[in-house]
Amino acid sequence: MEALVEIEEEKKVITGSEAVLKSLLKENVDTIFGYPGGAIMPVYDALYKYEDELTHVLTRHEQGAVHAAQGYARSSGKVGVCLATSGPGATNLITGIADAQIDSTPLVCITGQVASHLLGSDAFQETDIIGISMPVTKWNFQVTSAEEIPYAISRAFYIASSGRPGPVLIDITKNAQQELMDFAYSPCEKIRSYQPYPDVDRDKIIEASKLINRAKKPLVLVGQGVALSGAEKEFKAFVEKAGLPVASTLLGLSVLSVNHPLYVGFTGMHGNYGPNLKTNECDLLVAIGMRFDDRVTGDVETYAKQAKVIHIELDPAEIDKNVKSDVAINADAKQTLQLLTPLVEVRNHQGWLKEFQDCDVTENEKVKSKALFPIEGELKMPEVIHRISEITDGKSIVVTDVGQHQMVASRYYQFNQEKSNITSGGLGTMGFCLPAAVGAKLGAPQRQVIGIIGDGGFQMTVQELGTIMQYNIDIKILILNNNFLGMVRQWQELFFERRYSFTEMANPDFVALAKSYNISAQRVSEREDLDLAIQNWLSNNGPSLLEVVVEKEENVFPMVPAGSSVSNVRLE
Amino acid sequence: MEMEQVAKEYTLSVLTEDKPGLLNRLTIIFSRRKININSLNVSSTEVQGVSRYTLVVTETKEHLEKVVKQIRKLVDVLGAFVYDEDQIFYQEIALYKVSVSAFEQNGMIEKLVRNNGARIIALDKHHIIIEKTGTKVETHELYSELEPFGILEFVRSGRVAISKSKRKTEAFIKELESSRSNKLSIKDF
Ligand SMILES: Cc1ncc(C[n+]2csc(CCOP(=O)(O)OP(=O)(O)O)c2C)c(N)n1
Repeated sequence: MEALVEIEEEKKVITGSEAVLKSLLKENVDTIFGYPGGAIMPVYDALYKYEDELTHVLTRHEQGAVHAAQGYARSSGKVGVCLATSGPGATNLITGIADAQIDSTPLVCITGQVASHLLGSDAFQETDIIGISMPVTKWNFQVTSAEEIPYAISRAFYIASSGRPGPVLIDITKNAQQELMDFAYSPCEKIRSYQPYPDVDRDKIIEASKLINRAKKPLVLVGQGVALSGAEKEFKAFVEKAGLPVASTLLGLSVLSVNHPLYVGFTGMHGNYGPNLKTNECDLLVAIGMRFDDRVTGDVETYAKQAKVIHIELDPAEIDKNVKSDVAINADAKQTLQLLTPLVEVRNHQGWLKEFQDCDVTENEKVKSKALFPIEGELKMPEVIHRISEITDGKSIVVTDVGQHQMVASRYYQFNQEKSNITSGGLGTMGFCLPAAVGAKLGAPQRQVIGIIGDGGFQMTVQELGTIMQYNIDIKILILNNNFLGMVRQWQELFFERRYSFTEMANPDFVALAKSYNISAQRVSEREDLDLAIQNWLSNNGPSLLEVVVEKEENVFPMVPAGSSVSNVRLE
Repeated sequence: MEMEQVAKEYTLSVLTEDKPGLLNRLTIIFSRRKININSLNVSSTEVQGVSRYTLVVTETKEHLEKVVKQIRKLVDVLGAFVYDEDQIFYQEIALYKVSVSAFEQNGMIEKLVRNNGARIIALDKHHIIIEKTGTKVETHELYSELEPFGILEFVRSGRVAISKSKRKTEAFIKELESSRSNKLSIKDF
């Protein structure tokens, strides 16, 4: 028996399933998330003997696996990997794949498929996952024989992680997992039909520098592209030299510290007053690694019409898609900034910055003072986030779900360290937070990971408490419980004459629920108990959950109503 | 109205790797935006392993440019080009089936075939098949003329087009192959 194994090693004849795992190891994968089933069982069987090299995390639902892979990718900067069976296992991945596609998260999703002779026969648990996933993947591929495995996986990693990152899906028929093959692996480095890094046009860089040097009222909009390019330092050097005020999109949060003197706030629907208002007053908008999403622009017809626009963006399809640019630089952010910074002149736009500070004074008066320091009534979401932010010095990884708590966390967590913001931005996927926080912790084990969730979103992927328990994932879960689908209720209040149609929730006892999973948990509802509760929650060894009962009908302001001009940002 | 915003017929030429599933990836870019594809043709090219998709769509230039950028983003797409009518040579082929009795009536059909530069490609006891190659206007013209005699079956192919530009497919692909934009080379600067 031993001799046979040796010969096999020498000839490197292995099963397709083993080839899958060996290929993952060649791509330096150490953690994968998944859920087994019939069509992927050969791979799971092979995993059994790779336990030392590959950590597999069994989630409680495939949606949990894909969101965890997303969280892992976003906190580690590596490609997230998830594994699922055919049919329902594969379709359960779709929400996370779509989320990763719109938020540019590199993922390799591997699904099992029925044996190739059964394809198209409506066999048990057969579904056309290649067809279904096509609109939401950067690339996908069906493997029907074992030999194709190294090719498919090497391409998958290259495509997922290069250029504008995104999810890819590899569907592997069961026979391909079982067949024997000669294993050899070489990483993919080039695909002639795929040119992920366009050359920087130096003339455009010069043009951009001229606009920047000439501008009197410049405003920079920073997006996730800067973080994906690992260009945080270059970005800081650039804005500091040219003295440019910086506003951040939702996914751009944490690229620049909130405490930086040039940081003027979060922009978009629930962003800060200044950046929204000043977008329509600036004379130059420098957008870097962002895509002018409608939640940022409001009505595009009235968006920054007075300003020249410089758009630095790696994905050519984003250029002039929503907002027309005067100078478009279709290139990587880091590369561009390295070339651009030497050409910009040292400037100090104090007068213009002061205008943002004046807006802050207004926002403080009308919104923040009441939200952050209420003296009576029920606890409010903003004060809770504010206390957590102070206690953690803005240095935790904050994973949020979708809704009011997400906007409040994005507004009030004082991000003070890079790569700290993980949220479902483009798709707005409720249920994202809990599994994504699991992945985020595994991707950055040395960092504190806080998951901030509403009572609604928590119940969308609550089953992942089981995963947290089983692997003792040290995350801190915060439920901001308003007993409502709060964000929808806010819209009902503001735009549907308070008809609270199906947004009130009867909730379980979250503390008891967490405890049933052996997760330490507590509930707080009084202001005077808040700090101590936060301290206990954060200092707990291992996973812990804090439920904060907050005011039921609180609204998030400022707000740019959907489809309205950013100039119409409402403070109340 | 600006020209960019007027819907017009455009011909799209898309060079791709010859890979399964690509047609689907391409068409969902249109269906997602509810754009109708007027005609579609897929063929091999002079370069082995490279296919050419020729699509005709009626759209505004502005919208179409955005769609084409999405097409170029597809991993297996080598290049995508938008053409105005006057930037290409193009043809469509049409087949018309008429009954032998109509054909034999008075020689009118034969005359139409001759005058329109069409030809008869098959003839049996019951039917004759007429073929006409040309623009849509031309094949339609023959259709109108044959209509009074009774057209039993009619079919028209997708457009095939060749651009007037000097670019050669092979050189274009060589260029892609030698490009260094596969990797980010930050140190180069
Ligand atoms: C999967 C999914 N379904 C529906 C929605 C629409 N939606 C957006 S926010 C929201 C309410 C979220 O409520 P909750 O999780 O309690 O958070 P809150 O807004 O109260 O902070 C809903 C239903 C969504 N974003 N995602």
